[in-house]
Amino acid sequence: MADIAALFNGFAVALTPFNLLLMLIGVSLGVIIGVLPGLGGANGIAILLPLTFTMPPTSAIIMLSCIYWGALFGGAITSILFNIPGEPWSVATTFDGYPMAQHGRAGEALTAAFTSSFVGALVAVIMITFLAPLVARFALQFGPPEFFAVYFLTFCSFVGMGKEPPFKILASMMLGFALAAVGIDTVTGQLRLIFGWHELMRGFDFLIAVIGLFGIGEILLSMEEGLSFSGRAAKINPKVVLETWARLPRYWATSLRSCLIGCWLGITPGGATPASFMSYGVAKRVSKNGARFGTGEIEGVIAPETAAHAAGTSALLPMLSLGIPGSPTAAVLLGGLLIWGLQPGPLLFVEQKDFVWGLIASMYLGNIAGLIIVLTCVPLFAAILRIPFSIIAPIIVVICAIGAYTVHNAMLDIWFMLLFGVAGYVFKKLGYPLAPLVLALVLGDRAEDAFRQSMLMSQGTLSVFYSNWLVGSIMALSVVMLVWPLLGFWRAHERKRAAAAV
Amino acid sequence: MSQQNETGAGGLSTRGAEIVVALVLFAIGALVVFDSHRLGSSWGADGPEAGYFPFYVGLITCISSLVILGQTLARRGARSAVFVEWQALRQVLSVLVPAAVFVLAIQLIGLYVAAALYIAGFMRWLGNYSWLKSVVLGTLVSALAFVTFEVWFQVPLYKGAFNPLSFLGY
Repeated sequence: MADIAALFNGFAVALTPFNLLLMLIGVSLGVIIGVLPGLGGANGIAILLPLTFTMPPTSAIIMLSCIYWGALFGGAITSILFNIPGEPWSVATTFDGYPMAQHGRAGEALTAAFTSSFVGALVAVIMITFLAPLVARFALQFGPPEFFAVYFLTFCSFVGMGKEPPFKILASMMLGFALAAVGIDTVTGQLRLIFGWHELMRGFDFLIAVIGLFGIGEILLSMEEGLSFSGRAAKINPKVVLETWARLPRYWATSLRSCLIGCWLGITPGGATPASFMSYGVAKRVSKNGARFGTGEIEGVIAPETAAHAAGTSALLPMLSLGIPGSPTAAVLLGGLLIWGLQPGPLLFVEQKDFVWGLIASMYLGNIAGLIIVLTCVPLFAAILRIPFSIIAPIIVVICAIGAYTVHNAMLDIWFMLLFGVAGYVFKKLGYPLAPLVLALVLGDRAEDAFRQSMLMSQGTLSVFYSNWLVGSIMALSVVMLVWPLLGFWRAHERKRAAAAV
Repeated sequence: MSQQNETGAGGLSTRGAEIVVALVLFAIGALVVFDSHRLGSSWGADGPEAGYFPFYVGLITCISSLVILGQTLARRGARSAVFVEWQALRQVLSVLVPAAVFVLAIQLIGLYVAAALYIAGFMRWLGNYSWLKSVVLGTLVSALAFVTFEVWFQVPLYKGAFNPLSFLGY
């Protein structure tokens, strides 16, 4: 019950006119970012982060998280009207959303998408409200070995649950750790991996990596596809909205299932993109209209959108309560916390009550604001996509360069951004996942510190990682995750052998 | 980071690109192992030395890249897919090369002037817009950035080695 009181206190923090204004600005900016190719939640927030340095932290994170909600909403607009997913997690929305728009049911599809996004986010926020304080309270007992075990679990789940080849996931993750190690060692103060190049002393900031990998990389990818926008007209009037709303409760089972899938994949570092695909796949298998999926079935829009938003929102749960982000965007928000001098992790709930509950309250309000904005302003946002790519592309590159420069006021960072852009393009084409790289870059130093402190506790033996039931079970789970792909290999091998025998 | 533009170097088959990327990753891993070893990667007098953790990071990078390399080479019989077609590559380079020139220009003449020239040039040559439209929009975006960052948020951006805008007093 104390949490409920804290939540209402949070509403009081969030409901100032200044914060409400920031929410509206944030959501609108977010939708624009979500609509534009090459700008997404993660790098959009990374670019705008320096502008919030002067704000109070609570206002800053309210604006930044609202950008995130906006980006989640925005992805659906381009998917449905233009058949171009503005964000990876809205790819699954194109399957049924675009056919609906082709049949002249764009308004219906958009309303369904926005509403189910809202439902997904709401369920996830409610879950965060009740679960996050519990997780944080539990995590207060954690020492360095437990924290390292949780980091280890996070990274092992990437290997276990990723769709990419396991060794590519591993390579990309280790590259992130290596980049994180560049610069001054936090414990001994020695310079590492700079090879006499003193400008590298600062290390690689993950914001630069995010802007390059996702921003420049994405521009290069969309250039290759030679984008030609041919969109459907978007008309939403209150009548369509109300009619669609009247039909939506019929699909409560799909919604509920998608929420669960989304929340689960959001907390574990699966992220919004696999959640949307999985939810679409399950809905297709379970629904009695399953055979008609892909031709403009409203359930095919509800399922991925609900799951993507639920996952995107619940990715903030481990970020807030453990200091471990569940997605690259959550990682950028975590980077923001560090810059504002807040230490993410379980203590945040004890020491920064106003901040945490203000943020959670703003999740409720921001999503309501988002729903209203997208329902009323769709034609406006769709118009942005009609601006030709040869105007948009250079402007986005300029914005990325500005964003990269402002992180440390360093010219060298702009060059690194370009380098990361090329790397992002090549990695994406070859199926190296980018999320593990970014997360390893963010968590590298903290994971290393936890590891070294644990090793100090145990005088250098690894036994500290199975010294009590808690750390032992987390470690065991991690190892299961790590060898999970091997099991897949083995099963495929067995099946092949069985097939050969027949 | 000795990473070059792999798309051009390794031919345009996916296989070639895979091999080049795996080799680059191996080189990075080896570099990390080498430097960590130099720093000391074992147990010092007062706990783990500075290279203790990165040493294993580098080692796993090397092993993973070797496995990827091996897997790529083993798939010899399979038809080699195309990593990027010539036409698409030209499109990509037509964005990448100007972007690199743009960054070089920032270094020399500062972000604002470089941005205006870059946007105008991009629109003129890749978008086939008229000179007037290109120059006006380029200047407009650059001016908008100037007002937003320099004046409003008071975040100074890079002025370049030659700072052509010094007469504005910023």
